[in-house]
Amino acid sequence: MKNARKTEYDVIIIGGGATGAGTARDCAMRGLKTILIERLDFTAGATGRNHGLLHSGARYAHTDPESAAECIKENMILRKIARHCIDDTGGLFVTLPEDSLEYQDAFVKDCLKSGIQADVIDPEMAVKMEPAVNKDIIGAVKVPDASVDPFRLTTANILAARINGADIITYHEVIGFEKDGDRIVGVKVRSQRTGEEDTIRGKVTVNAAGIWGHHIAELAGVKVNMYPAKGALLIFGHRVNNMVLNRCRKPGDADILVPGDTISIIGTTSTRIPFDEIDHMDVTPGEVDLLLREGVKLSPVLATTRILRAYAGVRPLVADDKDPTGRSISRGIVCLDHAKRDGVEGFITITGGKLMTYRLMAQEATDMVCRKLHVDRPCETAIVPLPGSEPTAEDEKRRANIIELSTEQKAAEERHGSWTGKIESRSDSDDALVCECEQVSVAEVNYAMDELHVHNLVNMRRRTRLGMGTCQGELCACRAAGLLERHDKCTRRSIDDLASFMQERWHGMYPVCWGETLCEVQFTSWLYQGVMGLDPEDSKDIDPSSF
Amino acid sequence: MMTLQQQNISDNNFESCIKCTICTVYCPVTAVNPDYPGPKQAGPDGERYRLKKPFFYDEALKYCLNCKRCEVSCPNNVKIGDIIQAARIKYSTHRPSLRDSMLADTDRMGSVATRMAPLVNFTLGLKPVKLIMDKVLKIDDRRTFPKYSPVRFETWYKKEAAQVQEEFSKKVSYFHGCYVNYNYPQLGKDLLTVLNALGYGVRLLEKEKCCGVAKISNRCIDQATRDAVFNLKYLRQAVDEDDEVLLTSSTCCFTIRDEYPHLLHLDNHDVRDHVMLATRFIYRLLDEGKAKIAFKEDYKKKVAYHVPCHMEKLGWTIYSTSLLKMIPGVEFINLDSHCCGIAGTYGFKKENYDYSQAIGEPLFRQILDSGCDFVACDCETCKWQIEMSTHVPVLNPISVLAEAIDIEKTRQLNA
Repeated sequence: MKNARKTEYDVIIIGGGATGAGTARDCAMRGLKTILIERLDFTAGATGRNHGLLHSGARYAHTDPESAAECIKENMILRKIARHCIDDTGGLFVTLPEDSLEYQDAFVKDCLKSGIQADVIDPEMAVKMEPAVNKDIIGAVKVPDASVDPFRLTTANILAARINGADIITYHEVIGFEKDGDRIVGVKVRSQRTGEEDTIRGKVTVNAAGIWGHHIAELAGVKVNMYPAKGALLIFGHRVNNMVLNRCRKPGDADILVPGDTISIIGTTSTRIPFDEIDHMDVTPGEVDLLLREGVKLSPVLATTRILRAYAGVRPLVADDKDPTGRSISRGIVCLDHAKRDGVEGFITITGGKLMTYRLMAQEATDMVCRKLHVDRPCETAIVPLPGSEPTAEDEKRRANIIELSTEQKAAEERHGSWTGKIESRSDSDDALVCECEQVSVAEVNYAMDELHVHNLVNMRRRTRLGMGTCQGELCACRAAGLLERHDKCTRRSIDDLASFMQERWHGMYPVCWGETLCEVQFTSWLYQGVMGLDPEDSKDIDPSSF
Repeated sequence: MMTLQQQNISDNNFESCIKCTICTVYCPVTAVNPDYPGPKQAGPDGERYRLKKPFFYDEALKYCLNCKRCEVSCPNNVKIGDIIQAARIKYSTHRPSLRDSMLADTDRMGSVATRMAPLVNFTLGLKPVKLIMDKVLKIDDRRTFPKYSPVRFETWYKKEAAQVQEEFSKKVSYFHGCYVNYNYPQLGKDLLTVLNALGYGVRLLEKEKCCGVAKISNRCIDQATRDAVFNLKYLRQAVDEDDEVLLTSSTCCFTIRDEYPHLLHLDNHDVRDHVMLATRFIYRLLDEGKAKIAFKEDYKKKVAYHVPCHMEKLGWTIYSTSLLKMIPGVEFINLDSHCCGIAGTYGFKKENYDYSQAIGEPLFRQILDSGCDFVACDCETCKWQIEMSTHVPVLNPISVLAEAIDIEKTRQLNA
């Protein structure tokens, strides 16, 4: 990275979520000299803290036709370019006895208007298609919803950016801007690890920092009014449902149940929170209660399914520029040219939108960057498959005999798509599992350390699902810490990393800590604190006040 | 708030796994075969993936012995063995081979073989025949086949015993199973000797088929279910008439009691508690003072007891060992609880033979070092394995009792 700092970039992108990664990919593909700066890790914000729902747009058809149309278009694009990140589950909008069937009629009409296929089916048929749904439903509509893995999707965008020549820096916080008159010509960053400060120079800077973009804009001397809206979700221990389940009513609390990889997620709630809470959100007992109470209506089996953890994300709600009071919230994508809006040259904010429309947001931001730089290259992100989704002959050959593979080889295949071939197993011990719940082998961990920007256990979890399974790191965290230590050669850091990883896992288990989860936690603390003598005080990354 | 959380306890058995991995430590296969994922991964861990998509099923689950030692060791009552067997039944895309269906169909093979027993026994012992079976059927040529009996137990019973048994005022029923019927009728005769001396007549079920253990483990499920339904019908009839149905094989007993409801999903709750091992029945008679027993004074033997895996799962070892310890002339050695490795038809298969022998190795060594006169054991397939691997004879505890009791004295005590 040292020599990178001497370069003057065409474009600096702040934020390693889906939007930032997508913008880096788009910019790099259009031949711009690109750098992406992330304060922590990719997907650390809202990207990694949502439902993982590949919206068909049906949910917005009634309230926001413009977003609905964007969603269905992007839905179809992502199925093509990101096939290894998507599980084509299909989705149902079901009407519960307590909701009105009149809404369903209007809903179907609105879907069709926005170009979303919406087939009314017999409720009995729906129960057959998805046995986990409440058997008392009075209406059902089938829509092209699916589930998308936001971690995989973002990583694939990062890889694509890197392949096209972009530089990627994680764990560097933006602390200020370099200005030349009214023009922003670079950003000042501080390393989270060493505290060293540095300046990165670039012609255009894109603020893609989600809710944290509010603060970034302030540093640049402009005001973008954002409101953090917290949404809490619960993760169930296994796939309860195989189709996305939505309640067919005006969007409300806990009305979507998404099957994501090996688990199911119910969500969300919606609460405005102050800015000082966005880095340390606790899921409250009231939220857990609400999610369960409403979730059980959608799928009664949730009442007798183990809950793994609770988590919350922050939606960046952006105040509409047209409303001087700042009270009305703008829907859809917000792409601000601060030169026009505030007289600050070389600075763009891309925000609003949703995971579903990250690519479109990236395209709009990149178009604006290109206009500023007078570059005339078309956007190709909708046609070129992401790394992992490109069809290769070697990939086809490997997949031909997939049924004979072991569970962990199949799991790796699902996670890394056509890049799975890069996971090299050199010996029997490379085939050994590190994470047994999520079937992550030593070879996959090594691959992630070499290729996927992994510096600590949290990075490892997001790239491979290590520690995301039933035991929440109980068996795998110490094994993975050992492998990271061998890679980084720093024992002290590995111990601190392990302690903070386990604290972070506990943070998510605490709100749902009863039944089997309580047993698991007890056993985990006995292992880590009792047997290994790990001290929770060693966890440096986590603010103890958040517990 | 609290009520919701108290209700929200999983009723998915596999979710009770807290990943302690004790089952994997106790798994006899994991210790010798690195290709087997182990019970935790094959069971509750794999189940999550299979629920995601059946495509994640791993054919390596075929290495599971179905010994259920994982379930015995689990502190959280996870039905690990059942989860694995159910997954094999549900998800495996490989159909049972000709060999597997042959090995599984003990009834058909037995009824053909007993008709020509001397010829079959001679032929199955021939080197060239074994080599052909090894190459064509993949039945390992190092394996010794159990001998078939020229006269079936059922035939002998009808001819020689049935009438006498009716004369007893107290009666029990006997599910003899394939082994007693086709291979070793002597064990059935021994049971009659002991129970008659204790004052009980022994009746056979009107009809019985193989319990189905081999069909279940070879995934011939339709057949196993048909046989089980058939057996349950006649077990019900026997329970109605005689109250108790006894068995001399721990595996048949375990299959009828536990595998029928867990793997074949058949309701057996009305007969389950009445189906039990003969040693349990006899021990309880003696313990409750309902019968008395006298032993020969000159019976002197050094006996090593081996716990079959399914006996461990039943939790009934104590009945067999207590009976053996009652015999004054018996010097009793309790062998370590360790799988012998054969697991019914598993050890006959060429691909499993070496694992099978490696699993049993510590047990064989302990038996040879013990200097015992014979091994006592409630399972016939353990018997084949131990006899083949150690050349030490193996007797069912019922046969030991038949040999050790003073029949006349016992009969008088219970008259």
